[in-house]
Amino acid sequence: MSYILDQEQLDGLEEALTTDLMTLGIQSVILIDMAGNVIVNLDNGKVRHDVYSLAALAAGNFGAVSAMASIIGEEEFSLLFHKGKSENINFTKILDDFLLVSIFGNDVSLGYLRLKIDEVIKKIKLLIGQTPSS
Amino acid sequence: MAFINTKTKEVQVKLVYVGPGRGGKTTNLEYIFSRIRHRIQSDMVSIKTQGDRTLFFDFLPFELGAIKGYNVKTQLYTVPGQVKYNATRKLVLKGVDGIVFVADSMVDRRENNIHSLENLKENLRFYDIDICDFPFILQYNKRDLGAQGVPILDLETMEQDLNAELKAPSFTASAVTGENVIATVKRAISTTMVAIREKLL
Repeated sequence: MSYILDQEQLDGLEEALTTDLMTLGIQSVILIDMAGNVIVNLDNGKVRHDVYSLAALAAGNFGAVSAMASIIGEEEFSLLFHKGKSENINFTKILDDFLLVSIFGNDVSLGYLRLKIDEVIKKIKLLIGQTPSS
Repeated sequence: MAFINTKTKEVQVKLVYVGPGRGGKTTNLEYIFSRIRHRIQSDMVSIKTQGDRTLFFDFLPFELGAIKGYNVKTQLYTVPGQVKYNATRKLVLKGVDGIVFVADSMVDRRENNIHSLENLKENLRFYDIDICDFPFILQYNKRDLGAQGVPILDLETMEQDLNAELKAPSFTASAVTGENVIATVKRAISTTMVAIREKLL
């Protein structure tokens, strides 16, 4: 896995995630790659998550769930969501190598968030889909 | 593959500790954590089985300072050493930038070291990485056991078994006492940074 994101792409990603997701009132959104690297990290200014550990665990978790899928004959599980008492995490795979992690409270509608995530993913795919990879 | 973020001026480097089960990979990270915990904000993350073996990985992120204006974030990972956990081991190796192989010096672990190194080569090939052309450091761990009467392999044998072909930098060490643990990680970081230097230019 090798990719290059230029300044314009990174700006575009940040703008799309801010406009489409952060304005919903979610706590934070983190775009990572499957190696656990943090590409974009946005939050509402009120949380201090250990983003790097979160990214490593999210990538590992997603990989483990993919392995589980293949064991039972599924190509992948398209939805990965952890519900907590007051905070929740939603994971969405983007292309083959990227993962969007959204952390939000119960005041945010999960259904609406998913709709917005679907929209922002289209933009992200356009932005990073042109990325040269090897 | 190091992740270089030109926007935030940050480089994320992934170093993975690999080796046979119970060889001391987690103890290496625990020692490093004990030495740097006062100057990092993160905790060490460990995912263990009930029997206290590493199930998935241990993870320790820390900042290294700046190189050419880029903040370097080093992320240390271990993999589970037990043979049966190959799927998760392969997963943790994804995007690796440098490797520390922690070999067990105990005489009865000789075969385990060799099998573990072969397994590593195979897993790296899956990611199109040639171990001969990759930042790789060897650590001969548990040297302190010799003084306690435990039979340990002589260095020539270990070099012949593991390093005859690779000719990688190697350290004798004791993760329990901390001997050469910091020297190992420093060398691994510098070797890895040299390898990715071209991308920073």
